[in-house]
Parts: sequence; structure tokens; C-alpha cells
Amino acid sequence: MKLLMALFAAMLISLSATAAIDTYEFDSEEQRARFYYLSSELRCPKCQNQNIADSNSPIANDLRREIYRMLQEDRSNDQIVDFMVERYGEFVRYRPALTAQTAVLWFAPAVFLLVGLFALIFMLRRRQKAYKTGGTEQLSAEEQQRLKSLLEKKDRND
Amino acid sequence: MKRALLMLPLALFLLMLVFLFRGLYLDNDELPSALVGKRFPAFTLPSVEAGEAPVTEQDLLGQPSLVNVWATWCVACRVEHPVLNKLAAEGVVIHGVNYKDDTEAARKWLRDLHDPYQLNISDPEGLLGLDLGVYGAPETFFVDADGVIRYKFIGVIDERIWESDLAGRYQALVDEAQP
Repeated sequence: MKLLMALFAAMLISLSATAAIDTYEFDSEEQRARFYYLSSELRCPKCQNQNIADSNSPIANDLRREIYRMLQEDRSNDQIVDFMVERYGEFVRYRPALTAQTAVLWFAPAVFLLVGLFALIFMLRRRQKAYKTGGTEQLSAEEQQRLKSLLEKKDRND
Repeated sequence: MKRALLMLPLALFLLMLVFLFRGLYLDNDELPSALVGKRFPAFTLPSVEAGEAPVTEQDLLGQPSLVNVWATWCVACRVEHPVLNKLAAEGVVIHGVNYKDDTEAARKWLRDLHDPYQLNISDPEGLLGLDLGVYGAPETFFVDADGVIRYKFIGVIDERIWESDLAGRYQALVDEAQP
């Protein structure tokens, strides 16, 4: 059992090794956590679908070093992100700031969800109404007559 | 009315197709520079050439120029270099930022392949590169006579792109600088 647990633990370790490896020494656990938070929130400018925590490109390396330097200088998360945005543009944020330009990005999913919900409610209501009123009422007398004769025909054939 | 509603999904689908089709031809690699319209960042860095005075952002003032970020490890820079030589010969003011490079290798490059740069800024740590938001080489900044970055071009400058687009941008800065 112990052996199994150890094996499992070893598997977890090798998973985290896919991130780029640096040897930074942090003053505190909190600082380490902030380092990982920031480097996973910021996008690598060179390799556009990776964050700078995962990328091994030279520029991501440099940016990690800069984040580390600024953390040592006790700068806040916002200051560090602003530093990057000033140089590399809005693009480096994986979570774009809320501006007129990005409003669609932020609100479109909620709008789509609402539209879908309303459509669903509307359709369900209509169906329910039809069910309550009995459904057959919508057939005209002539149609009723035809239905009856069809059913009779079916009975005879059976 | 009902029929129109039935067509809605098709209409939405077609609209999406238009966007997706456009997306196929969008060039995602080009990022707008965050620095266009801002002053060239302050720096004090040594010259690539031995025995020359350090270079600062003050040295860029007075005339419009191209600031070209290059390195000997950058393969595309080798392709671009002859074009820069030609432009410099035509009188275009070009400054070089030797980015994260070995200074000896850079000197040899400039000796062997000709030196088109008026100022040769050496940035071995990539500090100026960081302030410029450089993420690869070559990158070329168009700086006006007041030291404001007016345009950024990412990638190799070749004769076609120079003639069709960049020459006009440079000329506009030159015209602006004339009283």
C-alpha cells in the first residue's frame, strides 16, 4: 500500500515538471504563490498560446526574471501587470481588462446564455399551454372527421 | 414570421462563417506595440564599438530615425542586413540595438557585413529590449525628431515592404521635422 502511495506521489511530481524550470529562491510561501499566479496570468508575447510560466522561450525567461525582481522589490500584483502591459500591450493579459473594446468579450457569453434561457422558457410555456388546452381543440371539425375515419380504417385493417 | 424565425439559425451560422473565414486570413503574429505614441524609453548603454562614449536616449533626438533591434543569433537579421545597408547608403538614419548578444560577435558581424548604423547601442542584458517591449528580432522602431516612437515594424524589412509601406512612413517623419 505504501509503495502504491509513493508511486502515486511520484506521478504527481512528474506532472508538475512540464512547467519551465527555474531556480528562484523566495522569501516566503506567499511570494512564491504570487510568482506562480503572475507568471500563469501573463501571456508569453512570442509564443502566443502559452503563459510565461509554461514557456521556455528566452523572452518568457526574461519576463519571469523581471517578475521575480519586482516581487523582491515588494511591488504589488497590479503594478507588475501594469509594467508588462505598458511594454507589451493589453495582449499580455490572459484576462483582458474591462474596457469598451473588450466589453463584448466579457458580456457576450452572459448575453448568449440569457437569450438561450428566454428562448427555452418561451418554448416550454408555449408547449405547456398547448398541452393544457388539450391539443385536439386546435383541429377543425373537418379535421376531426378525417382523423376519426382514419382511425376507423386502421381498426378495420387490424 | 414563423418562417423568418426558422431561418434564424441559418442566418447566425452564415454570419459565423463570415467571421471564421476572415479569421483564416488574419495575421495574428503582429501585435500592436504598446509604445506607439510614447517617448523612446530612457537608457544609458555602452556602444558596441570599443572606446566609444555610452549612448543615451538624448542621442536619438534632432532627426527622425529607425531603431533596429538585431542580434547575431537572429537568422532573419542576416537576411535583413543588406537591405539596411542599402537604405543607409540612400541616407536613411538607422540606429542599431544589439540585443542580448555577444559583443565580440556583434563587432565581427559589423566588420564583415558592413555597418549601416549611426549609433551602435549594446544591450547584452536585454534591458532596453524589455522597456521597448521587444519579443524577438528583428524589430524596427520609427522614432521622430522629438524622440517619440511613431511606428513599430516586426520582422524582416525587405525592399518590397519598404517601398510599399515603410518608406512613406519614414518620409512623413522627415517632412514633419522640416520647419
